[in-house]
Amino acid sequence: MTEIPLGPGGMSADVEDVELYHPHSWITKYVFAQDAKVIAIQYSLVALGVGLIALVLSWLMRLQLGFPGVFEFIDADRYYQLITMHGMMMVVYVLTALFLGGFGNYLIPLMVGARDMVFPYVNMLSFWVYFLAVLILVASFFAPGGPTGAGWTLYPPQAILAGTPGQEWGIVLMLVSLIVFIIGFTMGGLNYVVTVLQGRARGMTLMRMPLTVWGIFTASVMALLAFPALFVGAVMMLFDKLLGTSFFMPTLYSMGEQLKYGGGSPLLFQHLFWFFGHPEVYIVALPAFGIVSDLISVHARRNIFGYRMMVWAIIAIGALSFVVWAHHMYVSGMNPYFGFFFATTTLIIAIPTAIKVYNWVLTLWRGDIHLRTPMLFALAFIVTFVNGGLTGLFLGNVVVDVPLSDTMFVVAHFHMVMGVAPILVIFGAIYHWYPKVTGRLLDETLGKIHFWITFLGAYAIFFPMHYLGLMGVPRRYHEMLESTTYPASAHQLNIFITIAALIVGAAQFMFVFNLAWSLFRGREADGNPWGAASLEWQTPETPPPHGNWGPHVPVVYRWAYDYNVPGAARDFIPQNEPPPAVVAMQGHSP
Amino acid sequence: MTGALLFFAAVGVVAGWWMSRQRLMAKPWLEQGVIDEAPRTVPLAKIGLGVLLVGLGSLFALSISAYSMRMQFSDWSSLPMPALLWPNTALLLLSSVVLQGAKRAADRWDIQSVKIGLLTAGGSTLAFVVGQFLAWWQLDEAGYVLAGNPANSFFYLITGLHGLHVLGGLVALARTMYRTWLSDDVRAVRLSVELCAIYWHFLLAVWLILFALLTGWAADALELCRQLLS
Amino acid sequence: MFAAVMLVVVALGSVLFHFLSPWWWPPIASNWKYIDDTILITFWITGVVFVAVLLFMAYCVFRFRHRPGNVASYEPENRRLEWWLTVVTGVGVAAMLTPGLFVWDRFINVPAEATEAEIVGQQWQWSFRLPGPDGKLGTSSTKFITTENPIGLNPDDPNGKDDVVVQGAELHLPVGKPIKALLRSVDVLHNFYVPEFRAKMDLVPGMVTYFWLTPTRTGQFEILCAELCGVGHPMMRGQVVVEEAVAYQDWLDKQTRPVLADNDTAPANNKNEETR
Repeated sequence: MTEIPLGPGGMSADVEDVELYHPHSWITKYVFAQDAKVIAIQYSLVALGVGLIALVLSWLMRLQLGFPGVFEFIDADRYYQLITMHGMMMVVYVLTALFLGGFGNYLIPLMVGARDMVFPYVNMLSFWVYFLAVLILVASFFAPGGPTGAGWTLYPPQAILAGTPGQEWGIVLMLVSLIVFIIGFTMGGLNYVVTVLQGRARGMTLMRMPLTVWGIFTASVMALLAFPALFVGAVMMLFDKLLGTSFFMPTLYSMGEQLKYGGGSPLLFQHLFWFFGHPEVYIVALPAFGIVSDLISVHARRNIFGYRMMVWAIIAIGALSFVVWAHHMYVSGMNPYFGFFFATTTLIIAIPTAIKVYNWVLTLWRGDIHLRTPMLFALAFIVTFVNGGLTGLFLGNVVVDVPLSDTMFVVAHFHMVMGVAPILVIFGAIYHWYPKVTGRLLDETLGKIHFWITFLGAYAIFFPMHYLGLMGVPRRYHEMLESTTYPASAHQLNIFITIAALIVGAAQFMFVFNLAWSLFRGREADGNPWGAASLEWQTPETPPPHGNWGPHVPVVYRWAYDYNVPGAARDFIPQNEPPPAVVAMQGHSP
Repeated sequence: MTGALLFFAAVGVVAGWWMSRQRLMAKPWLEQGVIDEAPRTVPLAKIGLGVLLVGLGSLFALSISAYSMRMQFSDWSSLPMPALLWPNTALLLLSSVVLQGAKRAADRWDIQSVKIGLLTAGGSTLAFVVGQFLAWWQLDEAGYVLAGNPANSFFYLITGLHGLHVLGGLVALARTMYRTWLSDDVRAVRLSVELCAIYWHFLLAVWLILFALLTGWAADALELCRQLLS
Repeated sequence: MFAAVMLVVVALGSVLFHFLSPWWWPPIASNWKYIDDTILITFWITGVVFVAVLLFMAYCVFRFRHRPGNVASYEPENRRLEWWLTVVTGVGVAAMLTPGLFVWDRFINVPAEATEAEIVGQQWQWSFRLPGPDGKLGTSSTKFITTENPIGLNPDDPNGKDDVVVQGAELHLPVGKPIKALLRSVDVLHNFYVPEFRAKMDLVPGMVTYFWLTPTRTGQFEILCAELCGVGHPMMRGQVVVEEAVAYQDWLDKQTRPVLADNDTAPANNKNEETR
């Protein structure tokens, strides 16, 4: 690597060396670790574990829906507990934690050329607080009455009243777990934001950052602003439950008696919840957008098309996502005139989102497409994301939402757009960065089988589900029951969906096997098996040790997308490769 | 959600101003070679605190929004503000001013004044916390219990949230004091003193807004905002 | 090659499923055909975009797949193309949003001639209240609820004395007359949803929400609860019967008046004609 003296303006990241914590024992290296990469792996493993639990929960609920009454242990109570825990686990404890805690921790320092996160100790705390939140959440399975069955939206008054399973302990543990999660996340979020602001290597301007970093950075900023809404809502509901206040509780007559509540507003909770909940969708989506841009660019051997538009679109989506929350509440009874405003803002968001889609497919156009497993997942992401995004145009358009809201159409929509699509990105990203993390490649054959079952299977689950909603089947029914509205054949569709879900779920265990098997038997990879230009592939060692860069942090000379540049010797130019002029000037201070 | 939207608009303006200086219009594929950015002179911890305060600001802005949303209901009845809140406000103001003085003293390398400042601020902040507890106790004695009506609940919730953040600040202040007495060297604690001062100014600002709101002065201002925005 | 074929299969398969599968919305029974029309516009626009994007991807994956000697072109951006796509997208979005907002304006502005009907939800059954001969519904509140007064009529409101309360039975509505549904819940959130009517709205304890519709064909329709309200949620069903005006009046005359109105004329006479 060329060594270039730092100019007067260069902030030397080397200075940070003195602050780098050097672990001395196994415990400080792998358990109470302060290395962002170890923390990333801890986050990812815990989140994958929670994800597997959530997967099993979804199997059980699908079994009940496909074959109601056959499995006696899944009664109505149990079913509502399953959907609630599945939803909350996936949205908060899997997707948010994986994208920000997992990929954020691993990729931000490596991609911006830092040695570590700026506050490693706080970063370590962040993981352990997250782990505590997971333990509290899982503990609710064993609490008297079981976990809460209020639906992942936890709407009061129902969440804390009789008639809902887990209204004694489950809901309390859920709220406490969320509060703890938010505290832990805030610690991590501080790191992700400040590392991007202040930890970038010399020459790594914002407009040279890979889109992955842009996505995770914007999502972290949004999370720091949006999670407090959930925090406030959760604290207030805890007060209502435990101390008898009435923040969300109006005068109620429940199960044959007047309750002591009075004067509260259930809609207030919905506003707080969705003020968090809608940005949360993009907290999950923006990192996925970023990562998928990089996957497509690397494997199509072409610069990401319209980089600047992509950055602006990320910023625009992030900002707009704070003024669309009430599109989840069109039929909630809020002031109906809000509908005009929120429908308009919601459909405007479609424009920057569509630009991103166009730029992904235009990156493929006239590219040199290598259909390796990560690329396949990226392509499948585009398919499912476009599908889910387009059905979002139904639900965002206030009057179209009226017949469709609270039906299976909504379930199909959000699973496609923020379930299947981001998870496909997570898989693609794991296949892509696994060789950097472990030094070995994941098995391609297993990967391709895993991909085709997951992609086609997930599509087969959620595409037909929209039509259940069109028929009028409401969501959150533990069985459809007989109805004069929808035909009996709707039930056949439900059975088909259940079978597809079981198959897709089973395929995930193949992926887990691949993760474990390739760790020891996978083909060994060199430091840059895909020929990628961004900085994380240019580490002197793979897997990178604590401190990432050896004696000298890299200096950045170009953006992250120099692929097939006319006249270049190779089909990619690493970000830290100096241009010929600088090489000629070597020895002079630039 | 007026209060929250105002806060988020302000954050948006600051973020937009910052973004506008980041050359977002640049065409990165045309630029090769080292681009040196302005040197990063602000200490990391200070930026970290700034980002944290934005998050906490969001927390209080949303609580205030929830409060003002509930206030619009016709059955709203405010609870009487204990007179004790006035001296409490003075105490917090004192802590904030004194910490600013300690920060100035640290700039002058005057360790003695720093010590006095930290002790005074710690003492007056503790007195503030005790005073807030007394105010709660007075209200409780007078029959304005937590679950009595939504106005009471909001009062206890919001003052409690603020109080918890004051306690968190006291932990940081105690650490700073410990290091001051241990090292007896301004260099070791100068940044910590400054961070404490910033955090206390934040706590004071939040408290003044809350106080104005709880006593009802802010109601008129809020009403005005609502009319402007709706 | 395989991937390109599969992309085409997904695109065309989705379209075929849409047109060939037997699963579609139930025939409409209210004036909200506008909503159906907006959905159809949205289906066409989004369907075209979906198929276009997928087929274009399939083409790229096939045409630009990696082969020896294939070199990707270098083109960082194309301002004209990007702006052009942005404008087209904007037009498409406007084409969906504009009719949507017009229909929403209709949806939230109730015609003056609409008659009111109250729908009350509780775990897990529907109750209804129709105005008596005075055409006015009396006030009500959850705090008045007792076992004798199950939906909380205000005992002091004279307007409520002649109201018709239907509990645990069918709601009858006259065909062709606009109805303003006032929704109220006594315990948790519910949602009044008759798929054939297209309209729906949450029932929120502590407040009265509303929507309006004009039934356009006679028949019996099922009410589904569409907001999670506890373990009995799927079982919370009811029936709406839409019938001709004569049959409706006949049914209305046979209905009970609230027991409350008879408080001083015990024993409770269900056929409470004399209070008219």
